[in-house]
Amino acid sequence: MSVALDQAGAGGCPLCAAIRRLIRAVAPVLVVVGVIIALWYGAATQMNKPWTLDAANRAGVELSTAQIIADTMNQERPVLPTPHQVLAELWDTAVAEPVLRERRGSLTGNPRSLVFHAYQTLAPTLLGFVVGTLAGILLAIGIVHNRAMDLSVMPWAIASQTIPILAIAPIVIVVLNAVGLSGLVPKSLISAYLSFFPVAVSMVKGLRSPNGMDLDLLRTYSASASETFWKLRLPASVPFLFTSLKVAVAAALVGTIVAELPTGARFGLGARLLTGSYYGQTIQIWSALFMAAICAAVLVSLIGMIERATLKRMGLNR
Amino acid sequence: MSAGLAQSARRSWVVPAIGAGLIALAALSEPRLAIVLALWIGAWGLNIVLSRGTETAAIRLAVPVIFGLTLLAIWEVTVRLYEISPIILPAPSQIAQAFAANTDILWADFQQTILKGALSGYVMGCGLAFLTALAVDKSNFLQRGLLPVGNFIAALPIVGTAPILVMWFGFGWESKAAVVVAMVFFPMLVNTVSGLKATDAMQRDLMHTYAANYGQSLVKLRLMNALPFIFNGLKICTTLALIGAIVAEFFGSPTVGMGFRIKIEVGRLAMDMVWAEITVAALAGSGFYGLMALIEKRMTFWHPSQRGR
Repeated sequence: MSVALDQAGAGGCPLCAAIRRLIRAVAPVLVVVGVIIALWYGAATQMNKPWTLDAANRAGVELSTAQIIADTMNQERPVLPTPHQVLAELWDTAVAEPVLRERRGSLTGNPRSLVFHAYQTLAPTLLGFVVGTLAGILLAIGIVHNRAMDLSVMPWAIASQTIPILAIAPIVIVVLNAVGLSGLVPKSLISAYLSFFPVAVSMVKGLRSPNGMDLDLLRTYSASASETFWKLRLPASVPFLFTSLKVAVAAALVGTIVAELPTGARFGLGARLLTGSYYGQTIQIWSALFMAAICAAVLVSLIGMIERATLKRMGLNR
Repeated sequence: MSAGLAQSARRSWVVPAIGAGLIALAALSEPRLAIVLALWIGAWGLNIVLSRGTETAAIRLAVPVIFGLTLLAIWEVTVRLYEISPIILPAPSQIAQAFAANTDILWADFQQTILKGALSGYVMGCGLAFLTALAVDKSNFLQRGLLPVGNFIAALPIVGTAPILVMWFGFGWESKAAVVVAMVFFPMLVNTVSGLKATDAMQRDLMHTYAANYGQSLVKLRLMNALPFIFNGLKICTTLALIGAIVAEFFGSPTVGMGFRIKIEVGRLAMDMVWAEITVAALAGSGFYGLMALIEKRMTFWHPSQRGR
């Protein structure tokens, strides 16, 4: 296949070369994705077969192989829903369903719409992400400029990354509910906490990344600490910042979803996962999972785009 | 430099003065706050003085320990002085009591969640990822196809598969191990593959001039060079494994396990027990990570990142 593609694009025009490069990059990914989807259909057939056979047995009907396969693809509560079922559910709940509905004269969120649930999860995620990132950057600045803070806080910041912090999420929610806080704030607190440490640790690394030569140069200019910070340390730390932002935003999203789990939240992707698992609505679980994946992918690639644009303007792109 | 030192010497009385002023101010309006503030400022001052001197191993150990103990002390004092309900936040001493009184339960939970769920899933997931990485490394096509997909999946909230896997594998430790496998697979895969690519052309050419075959150059050169990356993946995965095992138990478990206990005790508002369980999770997490870091140190003693210390 790749040989044919190479020959087809051998004309030499720049556009053809660009297209050929694109195909060479995309084709393997498409093949792998295709294989995954094929495997998925195969697994769905195998895993849903017992239920089909059982139902046919009780009805006293003999099914042909084609009928069995057709039935496994379209069960209402399959063990493993097929991709087209998940996509159909995503379409029905995210696109076809209105996000807002009118109730007692006012517009409120429509709990049947997956976009509404995604918003309920994304809002605390983003709020917590922004707060956690700013706090992490501030802590990193403090650590770099203050030796006492460096020695006291840094070992704990590193050690805290080895602890399954996520397990605390439900408690924070319960405690804050007892104090009277509910809704956006408790969830965003958890996502702030989860995005805080990756940003802090990697910003410390970034702010320390200028080498001795650069620092010496600024000293010969008799630059003050704040001038060194703004003109050398901060620009040097930008690549580190973006790398950690991608980790942090993914962690923040996971944090919000987990925070919604054991506390009986009614709205949000985590709540969709939990109600789906209580009532055996596998298609609902998978569609919520896909929505979460889409959110994560959009957030990470948004940061990636900002990263590329910023580094390009700074002349740092690799 | 010397100007800076002189300046800091001249200003050295300012900070304690501000601290004392703050404490006095607080003492006038709210004596309880003054005690907490005094504790904090005193310990912080001690740390500042300690970190001014030459950095020895003792100071590097003492300063963070003092900081941690201060936080614990402030927690304890605040809870007691302000009479915070143990339903909201138990004091460290209460948590320690709950820990000591329930060691048998905690040990059973530890066995169920960490040893059975997390560890078996960790070994399976990392092993599987390692073997897949060898296959990916051998095929250029898989590298271009599977790696972008793997990078993409590594950023997804894989914890969300927990309800599905619990449905498939039942409430026992098997479903927790399955969640852990799903969580650790892709980070480990991506790290190992990038590690296997870490040799430079000169080294590979050298192996080529020795007429080394694929297996020899893999074992003697490329795996050795990949070790820092592999251990990085293994260390990231320790935390992921614990998170996966605990969170999966929120969706269904036998009547033992850390996630189960947290969920139940939160419902009964027995927060001291919840915090004791979190202490176990924290100890297990840092112990597991520390073990991996120790093995890394033993196996990659030759690497620049280890020699510097």
